[in-house]
Amino acid sequence: MPNMRFHIRFPEQKIKEPIVYQIGHEYKVVTNIRRADVRETTGWIDLELSGETAEIERAIEGMKKKGVTVDPIELNVIE
Amino acid sequence: MTKMKSLVCRECGKEYPTKAIHVCELCFGPLEVKYNYDEIKKNLSRKKIEDGPRSMWRYMDLLPVETASIDSVIGPHAGLTPMVRTKNLGAYLGLDELYIKNDTVNHPTLSFKDRVVSVALTRARELGFETVACASTGNLANSVAAHAAAAGMKCYVFIPADLEAAKVLGNLIYKPNVIEVEGNYDDVNRLCSEIAGEHGWAFVNINIRPYYAEGSKTLAFETVEQLGWRAPDQAVIPMASGSLLTKIWKGLNEMKALGLIDKVQTKINGAQADGCSPIATAYKEGRDFFKPVKPKTIAKSLAIGNPADGYYALKATGESKGAMDMVSDEEVVDGIKLLAQTEGIFAETAGGVTIGVLQKLVKQGVIKKSDVTVAYITGNGLKTQEAVIDAVGRPFRIQPSLVNFERTFKIGKNGGGNA
Repeated sequence: MPNMRFHIRFPEQKIKEPIVYQIGHEYKVVTNIRRADVRETTGWIDLELSGETAEIERAIEGMKKKGVTVDPIELNVIE
Repeated sequence: MTKMKSLVCRECGKEYPTKAIHVCELCFGPLEVKYNYDEIKKNLSRKKIEDGPRSMWRYMDLLPVETASIDSVIGPHAGLTPMVRTKNLGAYLGLDELYIKNDTVNHPTLSFKDRVVSVALTRARELGFETVACASTGNLANSVAAHAAAAGMKCYVFIPADLEAAKVLGNLIYKPNVIEVEGNYDDVNRLCSEIAGEHGWAFVNINIRPYYAEGSKTLAFETVEQLGWRAPDQAVIPMASGSLLTKIWKGLNEMKALGLIDKVQTKINGAQADGCSPIATAYKEGRDFFKPVKPKTIAKSLAIGNPADGYYALKATGESKGAMDMVSDEEVVDGIKLLAQTEGIFAETAGGVTIGVLQKLVKQGVIKKSDVTVAYITGNGLKTQEAVIDAVGRPFRIQPSLVNFERTFKIGKNGGGNA
């Protein structure tokens, strides 16, 4: 089963929302937080998603709709 | 024992074999090359370097490749670019000893990317790759495509579909496979990350990144050697991902660790454009983390809104007690013109950022008159002529007669006078 790694950023107004929990319930993906830094006004997590590729893609879109930013684990790839 | 010991996670310290991997499986932190410095030290001296190839490969002992022969290197002519001791610009700014590290003439594609790509492709071939790839809007694509052509490797360049045609043409001449991705920058980023994870390609700035990034150290090595085996007091470095700045800092410290210089007193200063300054803004606000931004600046080669090495750049500047600052697009153009008109060096927009911030740091008293200062100019102005096209004036237009010429320039029969 494919695994993909992402860097998720939370804007201040979304920090308290259980978005990772919600994604795990709304889509057929396994969420696995590997590193995180959540503070009062900002937060990010490095997240692994396991599942079918199409389902992971749907989960990414779902996270974006919830107001968080989804980047690849490498952050910038285009140089 | 080989000079490369392992790849090591910059966050948790876990070590990995020196393969085409770039992320720690444990904590997802970025990997970098760890060397056997004790082993390297036995075999390295100033003389050995001075007797080496006339390129950045004279520092091969400190680069992450297994070969010891220049004949096995892809891009053997990269680097060893001029270190120009300025006369006019230094005097204009009130600095006794200002140098321009001039990578506008780097070989073969006129930007510092030739350094990192040369290392990346050499290592990629050592690891058995036949296909190289990158996602780029400019200098990186140029360099990867050119080096791949020379090495006979297959090459894929990914670009956003809405990129201006002129930016693509420079790549097509080398005949890589250029792939326009229908989507924005974020979409291209994510797709390339996924492709790198799924296919056996060497993505130079993804799975080869730990090796690729090390190529930037050669700017530090050359600086030290060209200054007569001493580190500068001040370095002014443009920042996009922040990798260049962190690697210059690492390179200077390696020189000291290996006994090639006595001390590193260098203050590492970072430069960004107002329209894309996540790292410099974090520095100014005293934060140890940056907030990603949507880039909006003419300095396209620095327009990375979510810089992978932003945190490490902040750390390097902090450790060295340096500073960071940013300049407006107008100041970028002024910086390009100032460098061109004082030293005859035509830099791309990133060079304008560097010169603009250099000026600011001098005015603020951060850089002092007697400081030995090096400004890093990383790309050629011929690549971004559109940025200055409205700022350079027009030619004089005259009728084809001697009288008209002399009248225009107020030149008498015996010379003298000017327009």
